[in-house]
Amino acid sequence: MDAAIRATVNRMDFSRRLRVYALESRAQFLSVWRVPAFSVPTLVFPLMFYVFFGIIMGTRGLSLVMPTYLLATYGVFGIIGPALFGFGLGLSTERSDGTLLLKQTTPMPPAAYLVAKLSMALLFSSLIILGLFCMGGYLAGVELYRWQWFTLAGVLLLSTLPFCAMGLAIGTWVKAQAAMALVNAVYLPMAFLSGLWFPVMAFPTVLQKLANIFPAYHAAQLCLKVIDMDQGQSAVLHLGVLIFYTMAFLALAAVGMRRPLA
Amino acid sequence: MAQTIARLEQVRHQYGDVVALDGVSVEIRQGEVLAVLGPNGAGKTTAVSLLLGTLTVQSGVAEVFGQTPGSQAVRARRGAMLQISGVAETLTVREHISLFRSYYARSLGEQRLLSMAGLEELADRRFGKLSGGQQQRVMFALALAGDPELVFLDEPTTGLDLEARRRLWHEIRQLRAMGRSAVLTTHHLEEADALADRVVVIHRGRVIAEGTPAQIKSRSAGRRISCITEIPLERLSMIPGVARAAHNGQHTEILSSAPEEVLRTLLEMDRSLRDLHVSGAGLEDAFIALTQTENEEAA
Repeated sequence: MDAAIRATVNRMDFSRRLRVYALESRAQFLSVWRVPAFSVPTLVFPLMFYVFFGIIMGTRGLSLVMPTYLLATYGVFGIIGPALFGFGLGLSTERSDGTLLLKQTTPMPPAAYLVAKLSMALLFSSLIILGLFCMGGYLAGVELYRWQWFTLAGVLLLSTLPFCAMGLAIGTWVKAQAAMALVNAVYLPMAFLSGLWFPVMAFPTVLQKLANIFPAYHAAQLCLKVIDMDQGQSAVLHLGVLIFYTMAFLALAAVGMRRPLA
Repeated sequence: MAQTIARLEQVRHQYGDVVALDGVSVEIRQGEVLAVLGPNGAGKTTAVSLLLGTLTVQSGVAEVFGQTPGSQAVRARRGAMLQISGVAETLTVREHISLFRSYYARSLGEQRLLSMAGLEELADRRFGKLSGGQQQRVMFALALAGDPELVFLDEPTTGLDLEARRRLWHEIRQLRAMGRSAVLTTHHLEEADALADRVVVIHRGRVIAEGTPAQIKSRSAGRRISCITEIPLERLSMIPGVARAAHNGQHTEILSSAPEEVLRTLLEMDRSLRDLHVSGAGLEDAFIALTQTENEEAA
């Protein structure tokens, strides 16, 4: 009898927690989705760049090499946006405007807040990936095996994690205004130098070597491995670097989180 | 006496070298509205933050319902409206309310919250499209989402116009009618007077007075005398019964606990005295008198 009641209470508690996570994620997604200054560039820029550089300029000579290659790298470019802007900028804004402080006075489980941000980033990433794949597949005529499409999408989604961690670190350490500047200062140069806009093999040797320090380069190489167009380094290396960056940013964020709010 | 449900005891708090609270003890009793009154920078928000658990106690004791203020059990029974706090501007009032309701095992109904905060008409409006007063009412509704036994309201009416302020007062009074306890910080003395059962006056990190609004008022000079006179301030302050004299533009203002005697003396001393007003000293005057004494002692 007692056990039965406890089980019911636990089940209620569990479904209530699930509801908090779901509502928090929904609120997080909607609050970002409804800011066109964020959602439009984040969703449209990767597609626009891909259509322009990958399809219009890339298919001269009727080769599918560029559209295929750039599908992977613009995918990485696309998924970094929501992670850095949505996660990083969002967190730093909510730390300084008192949103997080108010939530801390409620019984909201702190994990729900982070899970909501992660879900938001993943949902945006999924939309970007879907858009790019449609452009690549239908507009440019990129041909991949079915397993390659799915694996590429999966690797891209997993690649959001190190950048969410990076966003988290930025969000905990940098104030809202500065966070915007910092995210821009990191995002665009890193994207370019990691070979997300132009293939890294077109770079001078020094820049090709330099690219190795960026997590975006390793995420892109991992994606390119799926379609057999990478630089030939080991997947273990790429994974190792990405895991290292994720851990390092998480550690940085954990220290930053303890700083007082507002 | 009603049961104590939250307290600070001998709390001292510093930010770097700046002492925000210097040995503050405050009790909050079941069913009362307690106003924590003080000028800006007195330490009110620090005191509230310690009771909310958003600041860690450095020295002394902070307890709510006999437990650590930041604990999950306490959070479930307490609501808060913070001085600096926002919520996403692009979400509607209803979306915010349903999110905050989900945090609590036992919550007030959505309709109930909307009507208590006077938000029925605004439920589907985005937070960012609301006026300052309307936004404060949303924050009020969010503070009540979990049907709390104790609500903290940190400067709830700051920046609101008179009408919006009165409206929120009405809502805070409803809370009390429901038997809830509340801690209200304010530097509007009128607000403490209008809403509180008990007032604690904090100045420069210390409690300088505590009691009912009436008691606080009686601790100060009883009347405020205003007039245009030639008598210099030094001589005025020597008249028996004058607590304080100061210039206010052309006028001289005198706080006095024995206004009849003071008036008699004044009129004899200065035949040209004119534009005379005598009014009851409000909580505001009491407050000025109280903080004034403190300042003089400190100096």
